[in-house]
Amino acid sequence: MLPVNRRQFLQAGAAVTATAFGFRLEAASAVARELKIARTNQVQSVCPYCAVGCGVVIHTTGERVKNARPTVVHIEGDPDSPVNRGTLCSKGISLKEFVVNDRRLTKPQYRAAGSGEWTDISWDDAIQKIARRIKDTRDKGFQEQDAQGRTVNRLDTLGLIGGCTDTNEINYLLGKFRFGLGILPYENQARL
Amino acid sequence: MPATTVAKLVDTSLCIGCKACEVACQEWNDQEFTLGVFNNTYQTQPDLTPSFWNLIKFNEHVDDGVNSWLMAKYQCMHCADPGCLKACPAPGAIVQLPNGIVDFKQDNCIGCGYCITGCPFDVPRLSPTSKKVYKCSLCSDRVGAGMTPACIRTCPTNCLTFGSRTDLVQLAEIRTAELKEDGFKDAGIYDGPGVGGTNVMYVLKHASEPEKYGLPKDPRIPWTVSLWKGPLKWAANAAFLGTAVGAMLHYLKFGPKETHDDDEVA
Repeated sequence: MLPVNRRQFLQAGAAVTATAFGFRLEAASAVARELKIARTNQVQSVCPYCAVGCGVVIHTTGERVKNARPTVVHIEGDPDSPVNRGTLCSKGISLKEFVVNDRRLTKPQYRAAGSGEWTDISWDDAIQKIARRIKDTRDKGFQEQDAQGRTVNRLDTLGLIGGCTDTNEINYLLGKFRFGLGILPYENQARL
Repeated sequence: MPATTVAKLVDTSLCIGCKACEVACQEWNDQEFTLGVFNNTYQTQPDLTPSFWNLIKFNEHVDDGVNSWLMAKYQCMHCADPGCLKACPAPGAIVQLPNGIVDFKQDNCIGCGYCITGCPFDVPRLSPTSKKVYKCSLCSDRVGAGMTPACIRTCPTNCLTFGSRTDLVQLAEIRTAELKEDGFKDAGIYDGPGVGGTNVMYVLKHASEPEKYGLPKDPRIPWTVSLWKGPLKWAANAAFLGTAVGAMLHYLKFGPKETHDDDEVA
């Protein structure tokens, strides 16, 4: 051990005291706040509200983490999107509230005709019901020929509405679906 | 090399009052979405709150019988000489970062509210529940990571721009010249004269009357705060030191206090 005389011991003690009490340690902590999206996964998507179709980036945490549920922590405009170049309106920028929300519907519900109550049903049931109705409507309303006897093969009693988040591929399939059934009335969100 | 001073430019002539910046601020800072207060205007609510740091003021203005709104973004101005920082007695509760951002560190805040007195723009708000003061941080976390603040990222009309202060002053001059060409003879820049300039600058159509936008014409740190933190502080320090030195000199000259046995009896 190094020999320490009385004077050196007092000097060291004073230095320790000055460090502990004499200097402001707050200055060292005066850095910027922690970035809440520093360790997020980022997924590009499209805002579901209006027909403009702004690009958004969805930031999630907890993906591929065991024993944790991934959550959306932040959604903002996608700077790479030529539609909005990173900007969003007041509805679009509140999208996180739309995704992470207690009141959000996460399973299909069914209200029987004449009933005032919504009941939870399974996805299989919902798809079954929808398919049944489409088939029934088509069987009842399909016209092979019009009043003049011309071949039309059309279905006037069913309509189709597209959404702004539909991609080219989805729209191609929707088109196939529409022509396959002979549906004439169709509309998209841009005019709703 | 000193850090670049960052700034925010609010071109009030381009604001359409969509309030996206308000929502972006709420969302980024994880503030609760609450119902606003209706006071017969289109404003979200009448005033800033501890959990609402950015308000678009819909100032109603009549010019030759024509109604118009004079939009103004009401938030922390990030002064070069911040009155809040001057008034704050808690070490490290209010910091001014090298890039000019004035940020509140709630961990160090003691909730005295002196910054509210010191602020010439009436921005900090004391939370009645947490007893801490809150205000816009110019998204110091985002800026530190090289991103633009949340309000500026979302603004759909380019009314809000973010960048180095020198660049934005140039941009503001270009916009002012354009507005003047368009017939707004009174157009000009507002950057908080009296507090050493603010890092939130405005382009106004009626620059000679900033009161119309709810901005103070000549913002100054209250003289009470300047006096208290200036001359009075040094006077108090001198008195404190003088007491210690006086006591020491007294000891050297007259020695320790003498006690007599009779005192204890009496």
